[in-house]
Parts: sequence; C-alpha cells; structure tokens
Amino acid sequence: MKHTISVTFEHSFNTLSRIAGLFSGRGFNIDSISLGTAEKEGLARMTLTTRGDERIIEQITKQLNKLINIIKVVDLTFEPFVERELALIKVSASPSVRMEIMQIVSIFRAKIIDISPKSLTIELTGSADKVNASISMLKPFGIIETARTGSVALRREFQGKT
Amino acid sequence: MERAIVNKAENPDEKPNSTETGFPVQPENEKMSGGEILICALLDEGVDTIFGFPGGVLLHIYDVIYHKPELRHILIKHEQGGTHAADGYARATGKAGVVLVTSGPGATNTVTGIATAFMDSIPLIILTGQVPFAMMGNDAFQEADIIGVTRPITKHSYLVRDVNELGRVVQEAFHIATTGKPGPVLIDLPKDMVAQKGYYNRLKKMKIRGYNPVKNGHFHQIVKAADAINKAKKPVFYVGGGVNFGNASAELTELVEKSNIPVTTTLMGLGAVRSDHPLNLGMLGMHGTWAANMAVSECDLLIAVGSRFDDRVTGRLNGFSVKSKKIHIDIDPASISKNVTVDIPIVGDVKNVLPKLTELVERPDISAWLQKLDSWKEAHPLKYAHRDDTIMPQYVIEKISEITNGDAIVVTDVGQHQMWTAQFYKFNRPRSLLSSGGLGTMGYGFPAAVGAAVGRPDRKVFCIAGDGGFQMTSMELATAVKYKIPVKLAIINNSFLGMVRQWQQLFFDKRYSHTYLKDSNPDFVKLAESYGATAFRIQRPREVVPTLQKAMEIKNGPVVMDFIVAKEANVFPMVPAGAALYEMIEDEN
Repeated sequence: MKHTISVTFEHSFNTLSRIAGLFSGRGFNIDSISLGTAEKEGLARMTLTTRGDERIIEQITKQLNKLINIIKVVDLTFEPFVERELALIKVSASPSVRMEIMQIVSIFRAKIIDISPKSLTIELTGSADKVNASISMLKPFGIIETARTGSVALRREFQGKT
Repeated sequence: MERAIVNKAENPDEKPNSTETGFPVQPENEKMSGGEILICALLDEGVDTIFGFPGGVLLHIYDVIYHKPELRHILIKHEQGGTHAADGYARATGKAGVVLVTSGPGATNTVTGIATAFMDSIPLIILTGQVPFAMMGNDAFQEADIIGVTRPITKHSYLVRDVNELGRVVQEAFHIATTGKPGPVLIDLPKDMVAQKGYYNRLKKMKIRGYNPVKNGHFHQIVKAADAINKAKKPVFYVGGGVNFGNASAELTELVEKSNIPVTTTLMGLGAVRSDHPLNLGMLGMHGTWAANMAVSECDLLIAVGSRFDDRVTGRLNGFSVKSKKIHIDIDPASISKNVTVDIPIVGDVKNVLPKLTELVERPDISAWLQKLDSWKEAHPLKYAHRDDTIMPQYVIEKISEITNGDAIVVTDVGQHQMWTAQFYKFNRPRSLLSSGGLGTMGYGFPAAVGAAVGRPDRKVFCIAGDGGFQMTSMELATAVKYKIPVKLAIINNSFLGMVRQWQQLFFDKRYSHTYLKDSNPDFVKLAESYGATAFRIQRPREVVPTLQKAMEIKNGPVVMDFIVAKEANVFPMVPAGAALYEMIEDEN
C-alpha cells in the first residue's frame, strides 16, 4: 500500500544522497520525493511516497531514523494529514478546443499561466489523485509536457473531538 | 605548539534530553594548521596508534606526525591491510581503530576493510586525504569521490571544508563510531584545508541533534521478557557479537547462570560465554553444533541477545525456530523484526538491559529440557576422524587451543579453517575471536591479527588462515617483521579454496572449478623467510605440538607455520543452502 512519509533533516550535501542511497541500496520503492527548507534555518523537510507491506515500511522508517542527520521521521499514512502536489501541464490547444480545456481547468480549480497559439500551460495543485485525474482529462487534447513536484504533506491539526 | 586543554565529554550520554547545545571552546588564540588540529584531536580522543600509508595530499599531516612521536604510526603495506589492522585493533581493544590513507587509490583500497567493519559493527575512523577543495569534481590526479563510494558502508561521513570545523568533526566522528550500534565513520580531508591555519575547536558537550541512541531498555518490556523467561519450559539464549563487542560478557554469564538456561552463540558471539561452560551448546547456524541447532529449532522461548538473525544463523527462514516465542534485545531498532518477527523486542544496550533482566528472572524448572539437550550433545558431538599419517585441520586447531589454554586472541580468515576454529577452539574470554562474520572477507585475518597484536601486547595473538585467503594480504608480513609484532600465523594449507571446494564436492559432483591452488601456491616458508620472518613447514601430526611450542617461544616477530593438512576434509555439521537448521547433514554419507 501507498505510504506518505515526512522526514525532517539537517540540510547537508551528504544527507540527500544518503537517503536516496538507502532506497536504492535496500531495494525500497520511491514513488515521489520532494523537499525544501523547513521552518528552522538549516533544516529541510522531505515528503516521500512509497509502497510496501508493513514490514518494509517499518524497515524504511527505521533505516531513515538511523541516518545521523535525520531528525524526525513520521509515517503520515494512518494519521489525518493534508497533502498537495503542484503540477504544470502544457497541453496542445488550438483555438477550437481552448474553451473546452478552460472548462476542465475551472472544474479542477486550476489556472492557466501561459498561452500560445498552439498551447496552454496549466498550473494545478491538489492531491496526487486530483493531479492524475486532471491529466487524464486533458490527455485527449494532447499533453506536450508535464512537470510535477511530488506530494508535500503535513499532519492535520485536530479541531475538536475525534 | 601548545595543546588545547578542554573538558572532554566524559559521558556523552549524560543528558540525552538536554536542549543545551554544545558550544565551541576556544582556549587559545594561537592558530594551528589543519594537520596539527587533526593529530591533536586524535590524541585528545585517546588514540595511541594509527595505521597509515602516506601520499601526496597527506604531506602536511605526515609532517606533523614526524614531530609527534606520542602518536604511534604503523606503516602498512596496503591500505586494505591497514583498514583490517585498524579493525583488528578495534575488536581487540574496544577502542575505535584509526586508519589514515591518501586520496584516490589510497582511499578506494580501504573499501573492503570499511565494508567488513560495517557489517560487523566495528568502530573505525577512516581518514582519507582529498585533493584541494577547488579541484574537487574536476577529475584531478588521484581524485575519487570516496564519500560517494563509501556511503552505503559507513555509519556516517564528513567532508571537512572549514579548518575551524575539523576539531569538532573528529570529536563527533569518534562519538558516532563508538556509540549506539558502532560502525565506521569516514572523514575526507582536502589538502588545502589541512594546510590552512585555523582554530582547534571542540564541543564541551557532545550533542548531535539527529543521533540519540537508546541505551536503557524499556522497563515494561524487560518485565514482560522476564515473565516469559520464568514461564518457559524450553528456553534458549541465542547470543551474538553485540554481547562480545558490547562488553557484556560478564552480565550475560550472570544471567545464564542465574536462570540456568542453555546458551548458543553465533560466530561473532563466541567467547561471550566460556566454551566449556556446561550450559554452552556451542555455535549455531550453518556449521553449528547439532545440539545448538536442534535447541533453537525445538525451543519454546528464544532469547536473542545482541544478534541480528543473519541468514547463516537462521537457515531457511520459515523453518527457523517456529515453535518459539521470541525476545530480542538489540541496540539497533532496525535489527528488530527485520528478518524474523519477534514477540518481545527490547531496544537498548545489552550491557544495561541484561542486569535488569537478571534481577527479575528466576530459575524456571527446565530439567527435562536440559536432559534432552544433554542427550543431543552426547549423541551428536563435533567430531572428525583423526589420522596418524596426515594432519587433520581440526587437530591443528585443537592443539592451538590446548597450547594457548583458550586464552589467545584468535584471528581467522574466511573459509573452512574459520568454521573449524569456531568449532574446535575453546574460547575462555570475550573479544577473543576476531573474524569477518558479516562480509566474509578473505584476506581479513593476517592484517587484523597484526592490528590486534599492536593493540593488545599483553595477549597472545594467533592468526589462523587458509592458503587461499592469506595470499590476499600476505604482504603485511613485512609490517609484522618491521614492527616486531609477535603474531603466530597458522596456515591451514589444504591446497584448495576449501569451502568452495566442499560445496563443489557436495553439490556439483566434485567438479573442482578453479578451486585447486597447489600449482599456483608459493612456498610459504620461503615467502615468510624472504620477509625476515621465522617459518616452519609441518607435514606430520606428530610435528604439530612441538612446532607450536617452538612458535610460542618466539616473541620478537611473526612466526609462520605452514601446516600441510588433509586436502579434502569437510566442515560438518552443515545446513545446506535453503534448508532449515534441523535439516543439517552430519557427514558425507
């Protein structure tokens, strides 16, 4: 099953390759990986999505925790969490189909950020599922290029009682 | 040059939850070169000996070493040997071993040694020279991305860009290498950084944010474990290198004796409990004793202590100790339930956990179980057919065991002789069998024995090696001669890569593909003599003991004994690949 894991680490030249090396060396899957600076200086947060049975996911989190520069590893999968991915999608769009594409864009609450006589570039944020759904809706028009960030995620803060 | 006087963190784990960050101490205004800082930092970590080999980017460091006789430098012949020597030193002394090598090929030659130490969780500090920082990444002469190369086989690594950071980095490296689950830490030292002047800064308090190894086991879990032990009818301890190299041999023996529960050890765990202890069943696993393997297969409670359920121990996983509840005490959370699911995990240092467990356990009534084990021991002892005309390899090891009273540090290479040593040497003390258990590195034995003898001049050091493996690092004989290191080397010479030959005999119809060495082996006596070592060739059983006695008297350098043994002797019992422990074969028939 798919797991979303949030990793906080001290940003150094070595850490990212150690994390990547862990996955390749031990044969773990990475579906997506995204990282950027975290709330404190010198810290970075990475969100990675991976697949595996319970034993493999347990190994992944334990092995990540063993890395010296990693400060915190949280498997968000079984907790409420918010997840977003940003995608830029360049679709071929002749004037005759533009309106149709714009309707799809509005359904997915996306934005058009670039336009040319033959194409539209769409900015979309949402869960990975939403991004996948919009891409499949746009596919019939001809997708020229896509750039996706991979999921970023944070634990949801509870309001009220469970 | 005045040395910085700083307060070393006596007990780095003193305040594991302290939010106070360590701050740098700058006790003096005088600047030092990176090389000076490095050597001072090593001395401040209590290092007395390093193994090394010079090179272009190390010139500044070697110039400091030239002026610092208080740091003993052992010049090795090859960086692989140097790394194994540092590893042997670490296993024998319990301190981190240090090896210093140059950039590029010097650094890549350490890779096998680092991987060996990593697999067996041995604290090593590998200091690699690096090309000047500005040239890094430009494919400079003797440049290798050694941090990249060694990333999967080091516990941690540092590239030091700022000379002012070097003191702290060395301090952190020793802390990381020696605490938690120990392991090798590499420090890459660009030439220009080493030449620059800077301040020697040290942390007052060791605090690494992402690194807080668990020392004390969870008390609730220890109570649960004690409860399971007290209720068990057929319990057995399965003890690994964590006890041996975690200095918990006394604590374990106390627990074993109080609970009266039998114990089996892995290769790495040999010596943690005396071999002749009545509750010791011997080694388990692929070449373990019948009693140990059956005990683990039939037990109702398996208490794993500082061991990691390696495949050579477990055999076929779905046939491993299926009837038992399992307790696992280990310092590494990732070792728990990695291969075998355990019921009561205890994460912590065995040295801390075992005494707490000892307090809580009683003596469960297991007399029927002990009787059964005794009957297995009696019916299936380790055995070999002695011959009067040919030396049996097991006989040599028995005699080495007798002549050293089981008190020597025995360093093995990898192969049949390694397993025979594990079976027939009667270890009396912990940290006495040094062997590449995890990686299985041929060529490990002799250089590691050199390192062990350097670190423990008070103990006899025997190296038992095969004729194949010894040749991978035999040049370190020169090192042993030069520094008058009294290592006794017993070559168990069967003219074969014996372990591979055994598999070819049993599973490939004796097609001995590229395992026969007779036509390429050197004359080991002449080889040893050319290095200036004393050497003997022993061809008859009756010569074995007198030669060993002669060798014991030689104390000013290495002795090489070339034992010409039976060519096609096999190691038994044996659990074939893919079989369960209880499916072992006892002999050729």
